[in-house]
Amino acid sequence: MISLENISASIHQLLSANLSQTAVILIEMSIIALLAITLFALLGLILVFMERKVSAWIQIRLGPNRVGPKGIFQTTADTIKLALKEGFVPDGADKFLYKLAPFVVMIIAMMLLAPIAFAKNFAMWDLNIGVFFITAISSVSVIGILMAGWASNNQYSLLGAMRSGAQIISYEISAGMAILTIIVLTGSLQISEIVNSQSNGWWLFKGHIPAVIAFVIYIIAVTAETNRAPFDMAEAESELTGGFHTEYSGMRFALFFLAEYINIFIVCAVGATLFLGGWMPFHIGAWEGFNHIMDFIPSSVWFLGKTFFLIFVIMWFRWTFPRLRIDQLLNLEWKYLLPISLFNLLFMTLIAIKGWHF
Amino acid sequence: MITFLKQYFTDIYEAIVSLLKGMKLTGYYFTHHKEIITQEYPENRATLNLPERFRGEVVMPHDENNEHACTGCSACELACPNGTIKILNKFEVNAEGKKKKAIDTFVYHLELCTMCNLCIVACPTDAIKMAQTFEHSVFDRSLLTKKLNQPNSKLREGIE
Amino acid sequence: MFEQVSANNNGELVINVGPQHPATHGVLHLLITLHGETVTKLEPNLGYIHRSIEKMCESLSYRQFIYTTSRMDYLSSHINNHACALGVEKAMQIEIPERAEYIRVLMSELTRLASHQLWWGAMAMDLGALSPFFYAFREREVINDIMEETCGARLTMNYFVPGGVMYDIHPNFVKRVKDFIVLFKSKIAEYDELVTGNVIFQNRMKNIGIISKEDAISYGCTGPTARGSGVSCDVRKNYPYSIYKNVQFDEVLEYGCDAFSRYQVRIKEMYQSVRIIEQLIDQIPEGEFQAKTKAVIKLPKGEFYTRVETARGELGVYIVSEGGTTPYRIKFRSPGFSNLSALEHMVKGHKIGDLVAIMGVLDLVIPDIDR
Repeated sequence: MISLENISASIHQLLSANLSQTAVILIEMSIIALLAITLFALLGLILVFMERKVSAWIQIRLGPNRVGPKGIFQTTADTIKLALKEGFVPDGADKFLYKLAPFVVMIIAMMLLAPIAFAKNFAMWDLNIGVFFITAISSVSVIGILMAGWASNNQYSLLGAMRSGAQIISYEISAGMAILTIIVLTGSLQISEIVNSQSNGWWLFKGHIPAVIAFVIYIIAVTAETNRAPFDMAEAESELTGGFHTEYSGMRFALFFLAEYINIFIVCAVGATLFLGGWMPFHIGAWEGFNHIMDFIPSSVWFLGKTFFLIFVIMWFRWTFPRLRIDQLLNLEWKYLLPISLFNLLFMTLIAIKGWHF
Repeated sequence: MITFLKQYFTDIYEAIVSLLKGMKLTGYYFTHHKEIITQEYPENRATLNLPERFRGEVVMPHDENNEHACTGCSACELACPNGTIKILNKFEVNAEGKKKKAIDTFVYHLELCTMCNLCIVACPTDAIKMAQTFEHSVFDRSLLTKKLNQPNSKLREGIE
Repeated sequence: MFEQVSANNNGELVINVGPQHPATHGVLHLLITLHGETVTKLEPNLGYIHRSIEKMCESLSYRQFIYTTSRMDYLSSHINNHACALGVEKAMQIEIPERAEYIRVLMSELTRLASHQLWWGAMAMDLGALSPFFYAFREREVINDIMEETCGARLTMNYFVPGGVMYDIHPNFVKRVKDFIVLFKSKIAEYDELVTGNVIFQNRMKNIGIISKEDAISYGCTGPTARGSGVSCDVRKNYPYSIYKNVQFDEVLEYGCDAFSRYQVRIKEMYQSVRIIEQLIDQIPEGEFQAKTKAVIKLPKGEFYTRVETARGELGVYIVSEGGTTPYRIKFRSPGFSNLSALEHMVKGHKIGDLVAIMGVLDLVIPDIDR
């Protein structure tokens, strides 16, 4: 398989041989923008289809199997249906905010794609505070949700948005703490550095128990942060009918839906990068032959494999557990996850200072 | 303090165990596709077996001589709770020159029928029965008003 | 009366839950007042599916009116039919063959199982777990198939007639019921694994919707709703009808008074239903399945009341006869209506998420409330 790194390098060479530097940068930026939008759409289609198949198999059903072979074009058909539907604006809605909200949520989801390393030396923007960037930007998405909830002029939407605000702000903290535990070990916020530090083993295995605890907390916290069941308080379909997107229809609804799945992809990609070594192949100590075989698998496959595994785990949660109540949700964060992750961070710092990790 | 901490961690442990139990179950179904119970309906029409007592719609069986067993006694019409059945009788002159009551039209309103089976039970000559059809959707409501006796059909010999 | 207001003077939010809402399982309309997330006032607004069944019955003969009751509490249609058939038989003072009694009780208990399974799935769905719904329906489907084979219908059976049952049981019936019991016993452990033992579920269910024994009685709650508060109200035990006095089973009582107790009552009742079926399935006596009755049933002049235990509670049928072929007046005392009246008492002061959980465990069937 051709390495993604080589492709990007050769494109850069080809362009810089013939054009001025400004033109090269402009062309490269537009290529990346195009790729990002394509990836956005593609990921949405794949993840929605995956969710439907996972839920179907868990619920002893067949799942979509009519449109295209094995039903793979079902989500495409759904997208076309949503695009053709009327985008309804309710009476008394704050029209500007109502129309803006899905774009805010989507743009934030797109921005989060920037620092993620999809393969070896292949990231849109490998900035030196990559993880910090993700943590900072992802908390802005709550504004989009609050906007949608307020602007809809619907009590259900408002309740959903308020819940979502409380929830995302709370769970940001323990997600951040879990990320910090790994940062303590790597000493860098740059994604490429974090991945490189795991060349001799993933942090999940190298970091002793605190890394495992941090991993579990991270998964729980990001499930809550992306408003997924069992923490889907913002939507809580049986309580609030649809939560903040009750009034949305057509393509505006589709954007919320897409953004939700992109957010899942991003948090799982970050989780895979921090705990499971990103694009780094699976290596076991001194087994040279085994390590060599693992190196043959392209780095992008490693990255996507790990990410999709985490996505599957989050989907598995959704189709197994009942939803928490709003006060229990906050209890879980402030009485369990936060104290544990604080102590966990302290413990990890001790390990890092003493150099007990592998 | 110690008891509190002990309780705190036992709670967490038990919670995680109970959650993992549920995940184990759903994980089992996720990996065992032989448990899938979905029937693919329009494709399995050929193999669809409905029990013989299934109440789909009221039909009047005719034999090969185009004869039925309905004497037009109206027992079913009386038994029906929603006026689904309407029997229009006529008087036929038979070979001996006697006038005899016979059905002209057996009107059956499928759109009113609740499949309660009371007409079938009431029928003294077993002239009507329930068919196992269930695909009743049509585009025109008038198609649901059916005439159950076939054209030119006669009452079978020997049924009074 | 129900003017559209979004907030009242206390800064509380007024929300219409229903008539179209995922948690109301039908067309129930609840007007709730929220203080933040807390429900301070709840007002059920009925009538969206009122079909005036009681009035309709006045123009139907005693054979005909039974089928309408299948459409009240459609999840326990056999048991509803049983109540009506018992009422007519009581008035006519006819003995029904023992075989018919056995078939009736077996069918009633199978219906109760099917109803509780649907409740279990729907309640888990209310709480946000979607998969249990499909597992519950898998077993319920087997019962429906058994019913279909013998009665000819899957939901609105109209199988019990005055004097017995409409048909004899299908030759496969006994074998299929036995197979089902084996299957069901192997699957019910999953129910506990997936939902009952789940920590999220227990936290959601415990200590919400509390109704004391006294309140449960004064609101007229019956069935699992009252038995979860320790009120002994099983009609099958206290006023045995049909052959319930001959079978061994326990009246399930829980004393927690909260939603989780009511949940446990229903789960344990499933085991009791299985116990009853196991006792009877091998002992169905030979003989007639229907007593000989006149083609046109006339009831003597008088008032007749019968009651049965449906999956949701006590169903009473009150027939006033003037001696003709149709009843003068029929009144159904439906369990759902009384249980719903206690909802405000249970929900007040709880969160909106609890409202859904409490409503889910009440197992409301809206056509039963509105009739």
